[in-house]
Amino acid sequence: MMMLIAILVLAAGTFLIRLSGPLLRERISLSAHAEAVLKAGATVVLLALVATSAVVVEGDWAGWALPAGVLVGGVLAWRRAPLAVVVVAAAATTALLRLAGVS
Amino acid sequence: MPHAFARHLDRPLLRDIAALAAGIFIVGLSFGAIASSQGVPWWQSAAMSLFVFAGASQFATMGIMTAGGGLAAGVAAGLILNLRHIPYGMAVGGVYWTSLRAKILGTHLLTDQSTAFALAAGDDPRKARHTYWTVAVSLFAVWNAGTVLGAFAGQLVADPAVLGLDAALPAILLALVMPSLKDRRTLAAGLLGTAVALAASFVLPAGVPVLLALVGLVVMWKGAKGTEAAA
Repeated sequence: MMMLIAILVLAAGTFLIRLSGPLLRERISLSAHAEAVLKAGATVVLLALVATSAVVVEGDWAGWALPAGVLVGGVLAWRRAPLAVVVVAAAATTALLRLAGVS
Repeated sequence: MPHAFARHLDRPLLRDIAALAAGIFIVGLSFGAIASSQGVPWWQSAAMSLFVFAGASQFATMGIMTAGGGLAAGVAAGLILNLRHIPYGMAVGGVYWTSLRAKILGTHLLTDQSTAFALAAGDDPRKARHTYWTVAVSLFAVWNAGTVLGAFAGQLVADPAVLGLDAALPAILLALVMPSLKDRRTLAAGLLGTAVALAASFVLPAGVPVLLALVGLVVMWKGAKGTEAAA
């Protein structure tokens, strides 16, 4: 029963959070510069999400294997490798390092 | 429905979306499997994937609830994690703000990945719209299929950490934001914001640090004044 309530509240709350972005957007007059700042804002959040999820797991240092994999994927992406290559290289790097005992 | 949008996209882009969908499918499998291993009935994890559709918050809320952390703590952790969708919706909301049905569906299907793909589509609004819907609908399909399959076949599913998938998903997002970082002010804002988020992430609960990264945008204001002064 508790789990059902949690699912319902999380679902409703998440929908309202998702809805507030476009509604806020409608309320501000969008100059070309404001549009650029909003796009940069989402880019900044995504980049920070990449960095924090690569380095910190549950409030602690994630170990070397995880950031190493993300870094390899990032370098390949920078060299314009297709996303499938980025995915496989990043995952393989981290998986192999862990297999070799590097946490 | 994705076919109608996918028709307009070129093959390399569709291959990129397929690579992403494969990764999300496996994470969905593991979500269903972990939920079942904690004694959560399959239809509850399925309902969560269907109605919440936000992976990190689902893992967080489910994890706290099954560990006995309580309703308030579980839901709060999930909602805080999802606050980052506000800046996402402000940036790409215009992409799906058309008919009422598109507004409701597009809102529910807003994720890190659908945002990143829409941003990477650049300034062509038609391409951004087709990309957004193709990614959003594909991920919704594989996430929910993965959850149900994982809930039943949990024992057969490999651990995403063993596969290195926890590195693949951030790498995908990094690849997608890279074109936007060619703009020097966006890059400066991103680096400043990321430094703030990294420092904060060792102290603050997950979800808050990435929002603090928005302080990096001060660089843009300075820059705007600078260009006006120069003009």
